[in-house]
Amino acid sequence: MDLSLFLDNLWNARMSLLAGFGNTLLISLVAVILGSGLGVLVGLALSYGNLATRFVLRVYTDFLRGTPVFVLILACFYVLSVVGVDLSAFQAGVLALTLFCSSHVGEIIRGALAAIPKGQTEAAKSIGLTFGQTFASVLLPQALRQILPTWVNTATEIVKASTLLSIIGVVELLLATQQVISRTYLSLEFYFFAGFVYWLLNFLIEQAGRAVERRVSIPQ
Amino acid sequence: MTPVLKITDLHKSFGDVKVLTGIDLTVQKGDVVSLIGSSGSGKTTLLRCVNLLEEFERGTIEIAGEAIGYREEGGRRRRLPERQIARQRAMTGMAFQQFNLFPHMTALKNVMLGLVKTKKLGQDEARAIAEKWLDRVGMIERKDHFPGQLSGGQQQRVAIARAIAMNPQLMLFDEVTSSLDPELVQEVLAVVRDLAADGMTMLIVTHEMRFARDVSTKVVFMDQGRIAEEGPPEAVFGAPKSERLAGFLANSEI
Ligand SMILES: Nc1ncnc2c1ncn2[C@@H]1O[C@H](COP(=O)(O)OP(=O)(O)OP(=O)(O)O)[C@@H](O)[C@H]1O
Ligand SMILES: [Mg+2]
Repeated sequence: MDLSLFLDNLWNARMSLLAGFGNTLLISLVAVILGSGLGVLVGLALSYGNLATRFVLRVYTDFLRGTPVFVLILACFYVLSVVGVDLSAFQAGVLALTLFCSSHVGEIIRGALAAIPKGQTEAAKSIGLTFGQTFASVLLPQALRQILPTWVNTATEIVKASTLLSIIGVVELLLATQQVISRTYLSLEFYFFAGFVYWLLNFLIEQAGRAVERRVSIPQ
Repeated sequence: MTPVLKITDLHKSFGDVKVLTGIDLTVQKGDVVSLIGSSGSGKTTLLRCVNLLEEFERGTIEIAGEAIGYREEGGRRRRLPERQIARQRAMTGMAFQQFNLFPHMTALKNVMLGLVKTKKLGQDEARAIAEKWLDRVGMIERKDHFPGQLSGGQQQRVAIARAIAMNPQLMLFDEVTSSLDPELVQEVLAVVRDLAADGMTMLIVTHEMRFARDVSTKVVFMDQGRIAEEGPPEAVFGAPKSERLAGFLANSEI
């Protein structure tokens, strides 16, 4: 392995790699933010919705969680265009990851809400809070604290799953790397480099998650 | 004078199990009413109906003349909408056996929450009221502590402050000392005594017979979902009329 050759090529390819990395970040960020927002609503409806709502969302979450992300991406890209919804590869990929994220977050929120003692809701009711106020001030803050570690884990899964968008032609970090490899033939070096970048990104996400956990932890 | 609480012919079941079978009870302003009775007689359920934490099938509950929970509409009995129920719940304050403080909020924030959300008070006003009541229950020095940092007795005192800061017409206490270590019981009872002496109207479920005798203006003995006997403490404890009450008292420590 010729290190200076690799470094030269890395320097030459820096712009396309950076653009790919930017896309990876953007895809992950949008999917995690939209997916988590949607997931909170899913978790809320799974916990307190009427029977029909709960049933539909149960099917939704179980289906999405039981399907490989890869299949979801292909479905969003190819199937939706058949029914007349034309999304770009980027949009379809982000949609698939968003849905994937929402099903996971929905399920963990449901679990966290179910674990909160009934007395919490009753105490909130007895001081006159409506359900919406109880959810926002009493239940959600406790549930969010509880899901934080699992949620961070979901975020890192989304980062990893974003590589699958390369298959439908979204030039994120993996596809950008592959394009560089096809020009330079330094496959071992560049794959190793991309792997390192993904690891670093997820490492930082986990550290940030731990920092937030410490910040919001309830003193005992 | 309109009674603070007027319960008429209250019936409540859980499925097939009839838990309350025709309760009539009137509480006047300033009354301190103790509910005693064996386990399963329906004391907790009665309090929870008054606080609208349970639905009930028959009868009416009036707080200061206002029928709560239901209204008659074309001869049909209808549960009131959530918003109105929420407002009516705040007319009574409830202290629970398990305290149920919000673990992610400091003592101060626990007390402020209802003032800000239900009463729509500004932060400053809510804080002033919350601090006043925390001081009253002897918890002002710990106002920035979280529930997890407080003893059971301290948590219960904060929980009482949280309920009473809402300025309810009636305070409901459900065995507020039952889950406390014996050495912490007195500090909580002292708070309840202090509020009683101050003229607060209250309905107290308790197994502390000595306390019930000291603090109450009226004692109500419940048996199998009914009020079996009621009267001033001297009469109920001194000269029980029914055998069931005599038996119950004989088995309780006084
Ligand atoms: N949520 C519920 N579902 C079904 N049955 C219930 C429920 N809550 C209470 N009960 C039943 O109602 C009856 C009265 O219960 P309640 O808790 O009111 O009694 P209590 O007088 O407060 O007893 P204790 O002194 O043990 O607290 C009991 O038989 C109990 O099993
Ligand atoms: Mg009880």
